[in-house]
Amino acid sequence: MRVGVITFPGTLDDRDAARAVVVGGAEAVSLWHGDADLKNVDAVILPGGFSYGDYLRCGAISRFAPVMQLVIEAANKGMPVLGICNGFQVLCESHLLPGALTRNSDLHFLCRDQEIEITNNQTAWTGSFELGEQIVIPLKNGEGSFQCDDQTLAMLEGEGRVIARYVGENPNGSRNLIAGITNAKGNVVGLMPHPEHAINELTGPSAQGLGFFTSILNAMVK
Amino acid sequence: MAKIVVDVMLKPEILDPQGNAVASALPRLGFSFAKSVRQGKRFEIEIDGEPTPAQLAEVEKAAEVLLSNPVIENYVVRVEK
Repeated sequence: MRVGVITFPGTLDDRDAARAVVVGGAEAVSLWHGDADLKNVDAVILPGGFSYGDYLRCGAISRFAPVMQLVIEAANKGMPVLGICNGFQVLCESHLLPGALTRNSDLHFLCRDQEIEITNNQTAWTGSFELGEQIVIPLKNGEGSFQCDDQTLAMLEGEGRVIARYVGENPNGSRNLIAGITNAKGNVVGLMPHPEHAINELTGPSAQGLGFFTSILNAMVK
Repeated sequence: MAKIVVDVMLKPEILDPQGNAVASALPRLGFSFAKSVRQGKRFEIEIDGEPTPAQLAEVEKAAEVLLSNPVIENYVVRVEK
C-alpha cells in the first residue's frame, strides 16, 4: 500500500510522517506541491509545518497548489487523507473539513506532550484505537484553536465527527476541546497534535501515535 | 490609477486573542479610551484607471475565495479615491 506525503515549501514534518508510514507497514511516497500527480497512491498525508510561510492565513495558499486539486478530487471520491497540524489547516481551507484553526487563545506557540482521547475509532485513520483510549503525543502550534459556528459544532457533535479531544485543561481555546475531526464519510481526518512524532519511545513521549498509521493499513485491507 | 481596498475582519463571534492583547496593552500605556479592540487585515490593490463593475465583481470574488476565510471572517470591498 502506497501512502503519499506532500511537501510544500515550508513543510517541516514530511520526513517524520514518511518514516511513520514506513514503521506502520506501508510504503511512503513523496509528493511535491507543484506536481499535478498523485503517483498512484492509496492515501495521502498533509504533514505539519508552515507551508508558504503561513502567509495570509495558515493553509490559505497551499490549498491552491496543483497537487491539492487532485487531493481534493480524490478525497471527495473517498481516498483517505490525513492532515496533521498545518495539514489540518490546509484541509479546512480546502473545505474538505468544516471550521477553521485560529490563533491560540493565549497567543503563545505551544510545544508540549499532550494527552488526547480518541472519541471516534470508525474513521480510516483511527480504527486501530479503542474508543475512549487516551494517548500522549506532541502538540506544537501557534494557530491550533478550532473554531466554527454553533450550527457546525452541533452537527460535528451530533454526527460523532469529533475524533479526538484534549484531556484536561484546554490548551488553545478550541471549542469543545476539539483536537481532531473527520468528514461525513470518515476518510478525511484533521488532527492538531502530531502522531508522527510519537512512534518510538526513544524520540517521542510514547509510541502511541503509530495507531494512526496502522489504522490506514487496516482500513485498506478491509 | 485607482486603489481598491479590501478590509477583512474576524466575525464578531470569533475570539480575537490579538485584539484582546492590544486592548489590555492600551491601559498599561495610559490610554483609557478602549472598551474593546478587534484586529483585522487590510489589502490595498492598485489598478489602472477607474474600476469597472466587472473588475469590482472580480475583487469581490477574490476576497471571498482567497483574501478572507468566510468561515471565520467578513470582508468589505471599497474604492479609495
